[in-house]
Amino acid sequence: MKETPLSNCEKRFLLKAIEERKRLDGRECYDYRNLRISFGSDYGCCIVELGKTRILGQVSCELVTPKPNRATEGILFFNLELSPMASPAFEPGRQPELLVKLNRLLERCLRNSKCIDTESLCVVAGEKVWQIRVDLHVLNHNGNLIDAASIAAIVALCHFRRPDVSVQGEEVTLYTPEERDPVPLSIHHMPICVSFAFFQQGTFLLVDPSEQEERVMDGLLVIAMNKHREICTIQSSGGIMLLKDQVLRCSKITGVKVAEITALIQKALENDQKVRKEGGKCGFAESVPNQRITAFKIEQAPVDTKDVQEQAEEIIAKAFPPSEVMATPVLWTSGTAQIGEGLENSWGDFEGSEREEEEDEIAQDEPITVEDQNLETGDASVRTRNQKDETIVLSDSEEEDVVILEPEVTNKNRTETSPKQDTISKKTGGKKKKKRATK
Amino acid sequence: MLARAVMADGGACEAQKRIGRVVMPGEALLLPGHAEADGERLRLAANGPQKGRLVCGPGLRRGGEGLLVTKCGLLRYRGPGSGSGGVYWVDSQQRRYVPVKGDHVIGIVTAKAGDIFKVDVGGSEQASLSYLAFEGATKRNRPNVQVGDLIYGQFIIANKDMEPEMVCIDSSGRANGMGVIGQDGFLFKVSLGLIRKLLAPDCEIIQDLGQLYPFELVLGMNGRIWVKAKTIQQTLIVANVLEACEHMTAEQRKQVVAKVLEN
Repeated sequence: MKETPLSNCEKRFLLKAIEERKRLDGRECYDYRNLRISFGSDYGCCIVELGKTRILGQVSCELVTPKPNRATEGILFFNLELSPMASPAFEPGRQPELLVKLNRLLERCLRNSKCIDTESLCVVAGEKVWQIRVDLHVLNHNGNLIDAASIAAIVALCHFRRPDVSVQGEEVTLYTPEERDPVPLSIHHMPICVSFAFFQQGTFLLVDPSEQEERVMDGLLVIAMNKHREICTIQSSGGIMLLKDQVLRCSKITGVKVAEITALIQKALENDQKVRKEGGKCGFAESVPNQRITAFKIEQAPVDTKDVQEQAEEIIAKAFPPSEVMATPVLWTSGTAQIGEGLENSWGDFEGSEREEEEDEIAQDEPITVEDQNLETGDASVRTRNQKDETIVLSDSEEEDVVILEPEVTNKNRTETSPKQDTISKKTGGKKKKKRATK
Repeated sequence: MLARAVMADGGACEAQKRIGRVVMPGEALLLPGHAEADGERLRLAANGPQKGRLVCGPGLRRGGEGLLVTKCGLLRYRGPGSGSGGVYWVDSQQRRYVPVKGDHVIGIVTAKAGDIFKVDVGGSEQASLSYLAFEGATKRNRPNVQVGDLIYGQFIIANKDMEPEMVCIDSSGRANGMGVIGQDGFLFKVSLGLIRKLLAPDCEIIQDLGQLYPFELVLGMNGRIWVKAKTIQQTLIVANVLEACEHMTAEQRKQVVAKVLEN
């Protein structure tokens, strides 16, 4: 997939913001994004997160025959990969310019600075040496890959333990981790890359550019340095003219940043060591932050349930009981009949419908008088208890009344037993029973 | 094939029971009418009045006797309304946009080719936009669109394996808010789920932000948001709050807004 183009409006906004000394994520010009280092359950495996940029580092080793011209030196091999997972702009199976540039810079930063003692990787001179392979996978690309990659590589190397070997005469014995503790690599120093982005022909300078800032920058300066303030690599790209002062200022900033990052790496390594010694849980699963997506969530609304019961009782006390319903089928004319309440049947004769209404009114009147009776029973507490009784009867009525009313139904010589009619009879039964109870 | 195997195993469950729960790709869902036990009733119902058609939304495919899940997310359902027999779909948390007919999106003009513009909308293919599809545009009176400009438009053609086509006018030829977006302001991307939440009627996030200060906002269904406030600082604040609110609870968001209001 093609890379998303940068719109004019983004470009303009970013440049304006940089002129006002503001950055998208609220950082200052010389600030790094949050750096997080987490270790896998195996040795030599780590994930470095620089803001939203994530890189997975994995170190592995193998016994190989050395190069003939360097018979006593182990081999260091770096491999950075840009998979489409990191960004849709990275295509699988192709080596973009960026990848070649990053790989070469990484090799220069770590191998050429001799930070790993390659002589100590020799087992038998000219025959067997360790080949250390550092694989770096970009999991997410959000700018400044080189800094994150250099940190991931050095952290993974520091964390790595190779199996112990012993040489007795001609015989080489390789010990499993159970037999002998694996040995760490001997690391002289930790070179770390720090990138500077330049805007407007070098007028503005930002440390640790994000992806959007990288897309509008004019030039990039990468300085690799260790905590002893020794410059390991320096590279300027983008074709901008830099003044001597600018480069010196950048190297000073690099010194400060490298000291901070080195301290952080050492602390992370120590913590991991401590957890492993204590037999605690380690691995990525333990260190991944638990983020919840709230976009699909419906907020739980707190409901006050303190006086729900009283409210419900009040409502029931105030409400009129449902009106009486005619349970018997009414024969309007020959061939049409109506059962229960519902829409007025326009098929029937006029007088019949009027009569039905009258009956309804009568039915409605009855419960009101019942209510009045209730109110007349002086004491308030007695009244409430009465009402409570009433509610209980109402709620229970549906089930009990079927039994009670069944004989009545049969008395009326009703032949139809549709389910609807049954429910209606239940309702009316409830009413009748209630009346009995209140009386 | 895998999904079929699952169904054969009896791993399928009724769609109704899974509403609001997480479903995984390959899962099979049975529709109420298709459950074996209801076979009898279904045949009876077929003789009755025809209901509206059941619609199978994004993340689902028709397969076998029911639906097959093709995306991971929450299963949603909207009951039958006027003319429709209900809709099932999967609300998934993704950032990749797939063009859908009728969606309003923000695109970036990448090329001018003869009488059409090529517009990047974040889909697998660029959309085409005719220069006549703007309000008041005629053969003589061309709209002023440059490469790199932002376009707010609507899809009129969005088919599988075909180049989607956008327009910046509605059916009556009016712009209706669509067209070229101004040169200022800032564009950023969020997940599609957040966009849907923001576009919901009476969205609380937008209402909370509205208390701060006036600003302009364009939400594209393709996950792009364009914001413009009076100053760069204000624009940045709105953009950052919108981006962050995906992982914030309502209370956290209110605190953030209150904090911004204080300053």
